[in-house]
Amino acid sequence: MTISSLMLLCLIIPAAGAVFIVLSHRLADLREGVTLFSAAALFAVVCQLFRRPDVFDAPATTLATPLPGLELSLQLEPLGLLFAGIASLLWMITSLYTIGYMRGNQEQHQTTLYACFALALTSTMGIALSGNLLTLFVFYEMLTLSTYPLVTHKRDHDAVAGGRYYLGILVGSSIGLLLPAIIWTWHLAGTTTFHYGGLFTSAPPKAVVSILFLLYAFGIGKAALMPLHRWLPEAMVAPTPVSALLHAVAVVKAGVFCVVKVILYVFGPALLQGCSGLVIVQVVAGFTLLCASLIALRQDNLKRRLAYSTISQLSYISLSAAILAPLSIRGAVVHIAAHAVGKITLFFAAGAIYTAAHKTRVSELDGIGQRMPWTMTAFAIATLSMIGLPPTAGFLSKWFMLQGAFEANNLLVIAVLLLSTLLNASYFVPIVYAAFFKPERHISDHPHGEAPLSMVIALSATALLTIILFFWPDLVISIATRLSIGGVS
Amino acid sequence: MNAHLPVLQVILPLLGAPLCMLTRSARLNWLITIAVSWSGFVISLLLAQQVWVNGPITYNMGGWVAPWGITYHIDALNAFVLIIVTMIAALVAPYARRSIQKEIDRHRQAVFYALLLLCQAGLLGIVITGDAFNMYVFLELSSLSSYALIAMGKRRRGLTAAFQYLIMGTIGATFILIGIGLLYNLTGTLNILDLAEQLNKHHLIATGNRTLITAFAFLTVGLSLKLALFPLHLWLPNAYSYAPSVVTIFLAATATKVAVYMLLRFCFTILGHGALFQMTLGKIILLPSLCAIFIGSIVAIFQYDIKRMLAYSSIAQIGYMTLGITMATPLGLTAGILHLFNHALMKGLLFMTMGAVIYRVDSVYLSDFRGLGKRMPWTMAAFVIGGLSLMGVPLTAGFISKWYLVKSALECGWWPVAGLILIGSLLAVIYVWRVVETAYFNPDHELEQRSCEAPLSLLLPMWILVIANIYFGINSDLPLSMAARAANLLLGVGV
Repeated sequence: MTISSLMLLCLIIPAAGAVFIVLSHRLADLREGVTLFSAAALFAVVCQLFRRPDVFDAPATTLATPLPGLELSLQLEPLGLLFAGIASLLWMITSLYTIGYMRGNQEQHQTTLYACFALALTSTMGIALSGNLLTLFVFYEMLTLSTYPLVTHKRDHDAVAGGRYYLGILVGSSIGLLLPAIIWTWHLAGTTTFHYGGLFTSAPPKAVVSILFLLYAFGIGKAALMPLHRWLPEAMVAPTPVSALLHAVAVVKAGVFCVVKVILYVFGPALLQGCSGLVIVQVVAGFTLLCASLIALRQDNLKRRLAYSTISQLSYISLSAAILAPLSIRGAVVHIAAHAVGKITLFFAAGAIYTAAHKTRVSELDGIGQRMPWTMTAFAIATLSMIGLPPTAGFLSKWFMLQGAFEANNLLVIAVLLLSTLLNASYFVPIVYAAFFKPERHISDHPHGEAPLSMVIALSATALLTIILFFWPDLVISIATRLSIGGVS
Repeated sequence: MNAHLPVLQVILPLLGAPLCMLTRSARLNWLITIAVSWSGFVISLLLAQQVWVNGPITYNMGGWVAPWGITYHIDALNAFVLIIVTMIAALVAPYARRSIQKEIDRHRQAVFYALLLLCQAGLLGIVITGDAFNMYVFLELSSLSSYALIAMGKRRRGLTAAFQYLIMGTIGATFILIGIGLLYNLTGTLNILDLAEQLNKHHLIATGNRTLITAFAFLTVGLSLKLALFPLHLWLPNAYSYAPSVVTIFLAATATKVAVYMLLRFCFTILGHGALFQMTLGKIILLPSLCAIFIGSIVAIFQYDIKRMLAYSSIAQIGYMTLGITMATPLGLTAGILHLFNHALMKGLLFMTMGAVIYRVDSVYLSDFRGLGKRMPWTMAAFVIGGLSLMGVPLTAGFISKWYLVKSALECGWWPVAGLILIGSLLAVIYVWRVVETAYFNPDHELEQRSCEAPLSLLLPMWILVIANIYFGINSDLPLSMAARAANLLLGVGV
């Protein structure tokens, strides 16, 4: 099969999955079978793409031409392939988890949830494979709209209010900032096709580059730079599988993916270096990194704590990418993968705790490790990854980031990274400690064990992935190295 | 036959109207309306095709040659507007029957169809004619019939709304007449092309002749009233919200577009490709356009009658069109003209969903939308897509308009304007989403929960527009190339 038809399959499989899910809404087993099948098929297709040596040489595939001279086109590059790989692999695991969660909690409107999930994956694949800025924007908006019904899944007052934040901030920033940035880029460069090292043939003035870069950095609201981060904690009203896949992997990673892609493929490190917009983004990302960690310390709701941790971790990626040194770009790319598997494990664990014990608050978790050993062990492993300790994937990415900061001789960044490591430890370690070493405070009337089997399998698998990525990181690192050649130090 | 297409375009609905009065059966009337509207649509497509291939068509009425006789002159611009008007008419006709059965007394239905066809004839006449005075006559024809149509609304406030429109519309028409009179006084001709030539020959534009400027001022104010440019928009919200649904759909999607067309004709074709326009009015209209976008959208946010909300949104959208026109660059005019088409698609669609909601629920107050997401799934899905198009989400027609408007603003170096256009579309997010939230997230337990989807004859035209909104968002080649050609024609560059 040609590369281009494989890429089309990446979009078609989840979209067709959504259609069949809706059609089979009366038969729950069939519907969930369709979900699992399309997830597996998608992963198989992405694996095929990984195995093709000529994958990056294929010409762009045009989907449609909405405006003369501007196409919707697909083209793969290393970063997109990595993102597609992560999203499709984790979708498969999440589908398994979702089935256990939805049945365990007897949730309503399950068909809508599965269908929107599949649509969200179509959009994610579109973002990963997009060949130009217009395509990226189209799928970026599609992702926001297709995840809105997931965020407001409960349909109560809180869900609607959370949905308002979600839609308001994401659509507001993308239409208000990202769209003008794209049109402006088109106006200046005459093209929006991604090109490694920058798409501008003649360098625009420094001031323009600065403003444009700021428009991009804040227009991509999914990267959750402060002050555009509020949608992420608000989106935690969604059911946990949604939070897990979308708000630890697909949506937020789409955000940082876009940021990295804009840095590498729209501007190019050479053009960005030394412009004041970059410095502003570095400062804001550093501030977000620390500030979100501080807020996370004070959250008692487990999912909200995870959400603020995500905001902080996303800023690691934005900050490292904005340093532009080859090693820090490598660190940013590796962290996209490392954080995805780590954070999804944490969310899975939170959902398992909710399903088995109906507990949502950190202060209620004393001694839960004895009752749910698998879940809490996975949680502990993911915690190590968040802090950046071996033997987990988080260690690798943090190592590269620190090395990159040394390479760029940026002492402030080094200080920020170290301080935040401390903060990360201080809001995660107490949870693990309390779970395993404190006695259970209230002996509940209904003693519970582990969550349903499919959930335990899913969260063990992602925890295992965190460790596997530490011992066999070759694939990810080779992709990251490819991307970091153009870095400047 | 082909040679007489221009006159058939107007004559068919004009003859259809008395035919409706003669055959009093509602069903027969409806069939006549459908036949007339659809053949009108086909004619407009044929005409556009001829213009596209062979260039402008001139048709002399009764064989009298211009400038003595009345001529119909069709070029890229009015071929495009003809398509907009007839397309909407063709979609409204099948929609009309069920909607009218619900909203209009049985014994007045024949009059209704007759008036609808008259209004259609008037609008098509305005667009197709190449004679300034003839244009005024058709304007009166369409206006008078639309006053009567609005007054037929079920609620009694329709009467005051129609009266208000009557007063404002008559003032506007009088101003237009004065303007045309002054132009006639200056040049001794009423033929539009001849007018342009005479003005050019006597260097009246270059020297800034005072009578000319006065005529121009009267025309602009009169037309601004008709196209409801802020702050002359006061008649529009009432007229749209109290008129019968079918009338609202038809007028919202066509009447203001035709007024914008007249503005383009007078300002660009007659006045030397917009030379005078750029000197004076271009800058004067900019402020009202921006105000329209902002105030229209903000007021829309606070409306509880959703039809009224959409009416205010129309005022904002008209601001986008005139904004594109004020730029007076090929790209800006293209954006403005393209938005004529795209706005007809989205507003037609949105008002059609309102008609369907009125058909089933009898009211379009925000609180009555509770639970409609479940009870009328197809209608509300259509509303969501229309709303997305209004917001300018990619892959909808609205996105293409926004893209071109922003692009042309950037090209002119109007940075703040580009920003304001985008903020305007964010305001649209707010007012559209209020309805979406109410429809999908407020299940009303007291109301009956059973499904009450609108009948197929309402859904079908609605979903044709849904598909059109998406299709022209993915492939905008057709309307875009027509709009670009029209813009070049108006500016007199490289046709």
